[in-house]
Amino acid sequence: MAAIFQGVGAAAALSSSLSNSFDSKKFVSSPCRPFSVRKGASFAVVRSDGRVNLNPKGRRAQQLISNAVATKSDSAAASSSSKPGHELLLFEALQEGLEEEMERDIRVCVMGEDVGHYGGSYKVTKGLAKKFGDLRVLDTPIAENSFTGMGIGAAMTGLRPVVEGMNMGFLLLAFNQISNNCGMLHYTSGGQFTIPIVIRGPGGVGRQLGAEHSQRLESYFQSIPGIQMVACSTPYNAKGLMKAAIRSENPVILFEHVLLYNLKERIPDEDYICNLEEAEMVRPGEHVTILTYSRMRYHVMQAAKTLVNKGYDPEVIDIRSLKPFDLYTIGNSVKKTHRVLIVEECMRTGGIGASLIAAITENFNDYLDAPIMCLSSQDVPTPYAGTLEEVTVVQPAQIVTAVEQLCQ
Amino acid sequence: MALSRLASSSSRSADLLKPLCSAISLRRPISTDTTPITVETSVPFTSHQCDTPSRSVQTNAKELFTFFRDMALMRRMEIAADSLYKAKLIRGFCHLYDGQEAVAVGMEAAITKKDCIITAYRDHCTFVSRGGTLLEVFAELMGRQAGCSRGKGGSMHFYKKDSNFYGGHGIVGAQVPLGCGLAFAQKYSKDEAVTFALYGDGAANQGQLFEALNISALWDLPAILVCENNHYGMGTAEWRAAKSPAYYKRGDYAPGLKVDGMDAFAVKQACTFAKEHALKNGPIRGKSLSLVEAIKLTSSCSVCCAYMQILEMDTYRYHGHSMSDPGSTYRTRDEITGVRQERDPVERIRKLILSHDLATEKELKDIEKEIRKEVDDAIAQAKENPLPESSELFTNVYAKGLGVESFGADRKEVRAILP
Repeated sequence: MAAIFQGVGAAAALSSSLSNSFDSKKFVSSPCRPFSVRKGASFAVVRSDGRVNLNPKGRRAQQLISNAVATKSDSAAASSSSKPGHELLLFEALQEGLEEEMERDIRVCVMGEDVGHYGGSYKVTKGLAKKFGDLRVLDTPIAENSFTGMGIGAAMTGLRPVVEGMNMGFLLLAFNQISNNCGMLHYTSGGQFTIPIVIRGPGGVGRQLGAEHSQRLESYFQSIPGIQMVACSTPYNAKGLMKAAIRSENPVILFEHVLLYNLKERIPDEDYICNLEEAEMVRPGEHVTILTYSRMRYHVMQAAKTLVNKGYDPEVIDIRSLKPFDLYTIGNSVKKTHRVLIVEECMRTGGIGASLIAAITENFNDYLDAPIMCLSSQDVPTPYAGTLEEVTVVQPAQIVTAVEQLCQ
Repeated sequence: MALSRLASSSSRSADLLKPLCSAISLRRPISTDTTPITVETSVPFTSHQCDTPSRSVQTNAKELFTFFRDMALMRRMEIAADSLYKAKLIRGFCHLYDGQEAVAVGMEAAITKKDCIITAYRDHCTFVSRGGTLLEVFAELMGRQAGCSRGKGGSMHFYKKDSNFYGGHGIVGAQVPLGCGLAFAQKYSKDEAVTFALYGDGAANQGQLFEALNISALWDLPAILVCENNHYGMGTAEWRAAKSPAYYKRGDYAPGLKVDGMDAFAVKQACTFAKEHALKNGPIRGKSLSLVEAIKLTSSCSVCCAYMQILEMDTYRYHGHSMSDPGSTYRTRDEITGVRQERDPVERIRKLILSHDLATEKELKDIEKEIRKEVDDAIAQAKENPLPESSELFTNVYAKGLGVESFGADRKEVRAILP
């Protein structure tokens, strides 16, 4: 699926005045070219090179200063803004985003197990119940099917609930509600209802949590029509994606990772969001495109260090948007490097990587010099034993080998 | 009964004409007559953990005629849908509501458009009672553009947002948590309205129902769960599916009421009672109750929660579960005709109207003829309506319309339409 960038020719003038503070991006992307006007297009888009095309009839004063991509090298440059930014951990960034949105819009409420008085099992909702009260931060009983359904019902009337699955795997119990009601109601009602719900929670393979608590739900949810899926990986994009997801009129599933909650990063003080449909350029390069998301980004970056020492120049893209894929950024990269390696945590069969291979092959086959390689987790339930668990997921050494093989 | 009416008529203003003495039928003034008439429900209510409402229901001629007209319209509509299905103009699943009209009509009479209704797939008549037009119904059934869901929903997905009708759901029981979510939103926005979440006797065994019930009771939500018990979950009789077919008692701590669902007035009375109960003791609690009220409250529901309620409507469907089910393999034809003769909701209203001398047999037949014509016109109009364009396939998947085209890397030449 494509990310659609519907720039309006006139917006070029707008964007130049807005992008002043964030034009220090060194991205290899296609040169700025005005897009053809599409009828009926109207929403704010932040391009990966920092230009902002504003929707003139945006719902709120959408002065979104959006630095869609935070690369390690640029985060220093990014604070060419006057404020110094503040350092925090990823779960705190999520909490900050959530809190800001709850302050901004009274319709935002949070539902989940132990999100209120307990503060959230991963502390993402810490302090919110005390601040906003029991009606806005709701402790639910252990009944995923029904409280997800209730969130969707509330969203049908215009509320904006944020439903937390204590672990993404528990949301399998709510699959019917997510698939049939959340995803499809906008369509089957002929557009009468929108479902501005956010479903979020930690997933992925943790540290010996066992098979049932190490699930990757993105591969099960990816076929549901009507939903958007995003995966955060840094405090910066966690906060940005959380805010964008809450503001979006579509149902968004935000995938967090159990092992990433304690990552520390300095993020801007001002209000910002990240584009839900855009991928993040982590490290520009020339030799090979490595597509990854969530925790695997860090394995890839670790492998990248080794690869650079060996003389390779990998381009690393954190795809972030799992549904729809940002085929624009990905396509540009493929055109440049002609080689693709996908590194994911989903299982081999039917995972995000499988869909991504299909999407890239269908659209960019002519630009490929070699078949796409995909490194995924093994098709096994995640074992408890540490050594076995390590072998289940992709390790940096395997990534290095794969790149070497690809670049022969 | 005629006597009481005559007695009260003496004080009426002169511009109201009596039908008895005029050979000219002047239906209009009669059908707007709002002098109260008292009607008794067919059977008393049975309750669980709360008081029963009175068997005497206040109504008037206008309401009687409205009930008659609406139910006859629904009946006619469903039968027309039956013929359309057999003519293969309606495809897929078609679940018909004839026999159960009293529930839709009675409920609507008790509430306002601010209250929400959500139901399962047997939703054609509920949609109409909430203000949907016949054209929208038939066009949607035939998959045309003028349908309420633009032809993209079908029989099981009727919605009407502006009158708070939330559908229209295909998966059994999944609408009950949604309904409790609607009630939550009403409480959150301090709407002073209630939500009626309807489900069937088949869905009453779903786990998510009890989950939703628990949460609604815990959070004091103005949700009223209505079990439309037509005694058959598709082909399975209730005694074969439920250990305890007393669905109104299944709420345990939640007050419940068993209602004769073939009697529109009983339904109306029960829904009024339920709404009052939910609002008085519900989210706007916090205002102090008078001592009398407080005592009454504590004595009537000692352990139960004050707000959550379950209404069990004892009703019956004449058709099978859906058009692919003949409806006679799991029940006898005698049973069906028996219910039709003794408990038919439209007949009951007809008898009431006739016994109160509000119209003659012929006048009612004329109304029915009018209705028939209306339905036929709507069908003809719906048949003319075009099918959706191919581009409609991709609209309303996302709220902003992310589009399904993919540009090539250079965004100029290479373009692919993604499936």
